[in-house]
Order: sequence, then structure tokens, then C-alpha cells
Amino acid sequence: MIKQYETVFIATPVLSDAQMKEAVAKYTDLIKNNGGEIVYEEDWGLKQLAYPIQHKTSGFYYLIEFKAEPEFVATLETQYHRDERIIRYLTVALDKDAIAYAEHRRQVRAAKAAAPQVEEAPKAEETEADVEPEIAEEA
Amino acid sequence: MAANVENSGIRYLNPPTVEVRKKKYCRFKKAGIKYVDYKDAEFLKKFLNEQGKILPRRLTGTSLKFQRKVAQAIKRARAIALLPYVTDLLK
Repeated sequence: MIKQYETVFIATPVLSDAQMKEAVAKYTDLIKNNGGEIVYEEDWGLKQLAYPIQHKTSGFYYLIEFKAEPEFVATLETQYHRDERIIRYLTVALDKDAIAYAEHRRQVRAAKAAAPQVEEAPKAEETEADVEPEIAEEA
Repeated sequence: MAANVENSGIRYLNPPTVEVRKKKYCRFKKAGIKYVDYKDAEFLKKFLNEQGKILPRRLTGTSLKFQRKVAQAIKRARAIALLPYVTDLLK
């Protein structure tokens, strides 16, 4: 039975942009290769941690929403656990209210991301169409 | 209230406590919110005291159903370092 999940991981702040992309690619590929389907991704960028983890006071946050078999979550979490780049992770199953909320949140964020660009750039349709994560907003 | 009584010239040994307290309500039920998001740390801070402890229902007025959800969300937010486990002078 396919269920919808949401996973947030925090990567060490020492990673470069390319290394971060690579780490993200690793997990998105892992999900796809195990019969999962990615619903949504969001990059929160470098954020201050509320308390130090492994002597680090900040980290790169990344959110992935996906659909997969419940058995897959254990595989994903083992991978997180073995990965030294990941300092913290959280995977949560979404119930129907959570899915509705997540959808609403996506729409709000997409609208927010699209709105200021409409005035400036004529490329607004492109940015509206693909729901790329916006780094600047929450960083 | 107490000032009013004094001004009217009537003195009581024990000042009468007739203050009308505003009825507390569950903000989730009122606003029709069904899911408490653990990613929204700013919102969850409304349910914490200055040390980062979860406020009781009797102070916030949240219904039991949503108090459980709020508590769950706060604990998740703490796990991914969006909220502190212990602190001084949060807010």
C-alpha cells in the first residue's frame, strides 16, 4: 500500500552548493529507484539551528514529499543514518488532513514566489509552471 | 473593577470578585484548522512559554484533540532543531 510521506533532513553547513545538490540527488534517486514517487521538494537553505547538533549551529534544510511503500522508510532512514553529511532527519507519514494542508501550502508558496516576479520579469509563466523550491524566501 | 468600587463610596472588607473573564476558545476549532504543521515554528511558539515548555490547555484554551496535535508538532519541530528543547528567553 502506497502512503505519502514527508521527510526533512539537515545537512552539515560545510557542504558546498554542488555537494548539497549531490546529496539531494542521492536521496531523490533513492526514492525513485525504490518505486517511490516525488511529490514535492523544497530547499530551505542554510538555517540557524535552535540548538547545536554535533557542534554545529547551522545547517542546510531540505524537504522532500514523496509517495512510497511503508517498508521503504526504513531503507531511507538507514541511508540517512550512514551518511555523514546528514546531521538530523525526520520522516513523517501524512494523513489526509496533512496532505490537504501540504497542497495548500504549496499553492500559497508558489503564488508568493510568482507574485513579485510578475512585475519585474516577463518570465513569470515559466516560474509559475515549475514549482521549483525558492531559497531566498525562508533563508 | 476594584477602582470603580472604591470610587462609588461603598467599601467591602473583601473586595467582591465579579470580574468577567473572557471565555477561552480553541483557536483551531474556531478557525477550522485541521492539521498542525511542525514546520511553522513561529506559529508553534504561541504554545510555548519563555523556557520553551509547552503551555497547558488551561492557559491556551486549546481543545484536547488539538492540544495533542500541537504537542506532537512541537516535539517534531524540536527534533529537527526548529524549536529548542530548553532555553531561556524564547521570543
